[in-house]
Amino acid sequence: MSNLESNKIVISERRKFLSLMAQSVGLSALGGMVWTGYLEEAKSAPLILRPPGARLEKDFIRMCIKCGQCVEACPYDMLSLAKPGDHKPMGTPFFIPRENPCRMCTDIPCVPVCPTGALDEMSVSTIKEGVKELDIMKARMGLAVVDTESCIAFWGIQCDACYRACPVMDSAIVLEYRRNARTGKHAYLIPIVNSETCTGCGICERACVTEKAAIRILPLELAKGDIGSHYIRGWDKADEKRLEGVSTDVTTHTKRSDKSAQDYLNAVEEVSK
Amino acid sequence: MRRWILKHRFLMARRFTQLGILALYIAANAYGFMALSGNLSSSLLMKNIPLSDPFALLQMFAAGALLGANVIIGGLIVSLFYLVVGGRAFCSWVCPMNMVTDAANWTRRVFYLEKVERKVWLGRSVRYWVLGLSLILSFLTGIAAFEMVSPISMLHRGIIFGMGMGFAAVLSIFLFDVFAVKNGWCGHICPLGGFYALLGRLSMIRIKHDQTKCTLCMQCKDICPEKQVLSIIGKESGMIVSGECTNCGRCVEVCDDDALSFGVRNYIKKNV
Repeated sequence: MSNLESNKIVISERRKFLSLMAQSVGLSALGGMVWTGYLEEAKSAPLILRPPGARLEKDFIRMCIKCGQCVEACPYDMLSLAKPGDHKPMGTPFFIPRENPCRMCTDIPCVPVCPTGALDEMSVSTIKEGVKELDIMKARMGLAVVDTESCIAFWGIQCDACYRACPVMDSAIVLEYRRNARTGKHAYLIPIVNSETCTGCGICERACVTEKAAIRILPLELAKGDIGSHYIRGWDKADEKRLEGVSTDVTTHTKRSDKSAQDYLNAVEEVSK
Repeated sequence: MRRWILKHRFLMARRFTQLGILALYIAANAYGFMALSGNLSSSLLMKNIPLSDPFALLQMFAAGALLGANVIIGGLIVSLFYLVVGGRAFCSWVCPMNMVTDAANWTRRVFYLEKVERKVWLGRSVRYWVLGLSLILSFLTGIAAFEMVSPISMLHRGIIFGMGMGFAAVLSIFLFDVFAVKNGWCGHICPLGGFYALLGRLSMIRIKHDQTKCTLCMQCKDICPEKQVLSIIGKESGMIVSGECTNCGRCVEVCDDDALSFGVRNYIKKNV
């Protein structure tokens, strides 16, 4: 009986259309889930060094059209586009300093060719007498970080390979002299990186004599901390400037401070209970 | 021989443009001959004229990118070009994946796979869903969604800049097209093809059918990768108006009765 009844149901065109749409939405949801999973994983690979002038990673990755014109422009073939299997965001340009570092060309051929602005020309330019001029010293591809345990200069062996290789010599890497107490008559010549002038070109990493480089370029995001406004070098007038525009009344809210004793005793609702 | 050439004239012309464009890109990257530099995502013609993939731009806009003027001008130039010559002319005359899927189709024909395989149903409109999905996902994840997974980009980028594991993606498209679904990738799934199909709906250059000459041999329908667009064959004269037609010209060259030809659309008369 019920079978007979169900046979009589007329399936209208509208019902067919709606069902098809719903079916497609269902399939899209499943496909979209898998796809999104891949995308979220792929874009969260921060261990990648970008060409000079690259914007912050999250902006770079949405602006780069993967055309490879920066790769073609580089006279040293230091850039490559991420291939499937490189485990880097697909098709985007990167470099590996140990293999082929940035030579810091003064005319920065890789940046002006970028059609989308993912490589920002303004970030590597200075305005001199009203004229915009490319300035590779402003590039911040990463920051050199020294592993003091595997750097032989920290053992007291004289090695200044990175210091001498650095294109921003005696500024991005300086040698600090310390007394070697072990021998009593020698000096340590210790490489110290200055983040204010280091461009992250990676020539030091390439020059390092240890088996795996003891000085390595890390993406700025990973290499650097952020002091915030709680700590200021009071003896430094320039550092005081960081306080400008910062709200002076900083209170920290935690679960506990919300229920501080004073508030508890004086709270109107609590008294009236 | 003459006849063979005549029967494959558009096919050879297409291979010539497909390979020629790739050759120019390779020449720019490897030898610094800068007639056409970059790749199919975005390039520079004659060192001056920008060209960009409008579908990639659309995804990047959805992802929230504020793009430079060059790439937008490039996108407009490419869009206008395909508005005239037929959106999916990209698919059959430029896209390198076309050679892969054509090879798959050829393999199917040689082994008569059509006769033995179990049919897998896959709608022709899947591409529009993938197209919509890639825009939505671009918006949600803040990264051009299809560009991250596109086997087309992996192929042309791979040919120009180094393949890596990209051949695996190309191989899977080939296998899918040979053994799973006929014209599976280009004719059903590819959202770039879907995008160009929408773009080319009103394009000027179209295939023209002369019903009076048609002998209903149906060779055109056998060869066509997008059969559904040839619905008027043998029924009425007119233009193949569907944007899904790739203007590949295969139907024109296989027709023994001169019933098909390239034509320019007349926008004033109805149904042309």
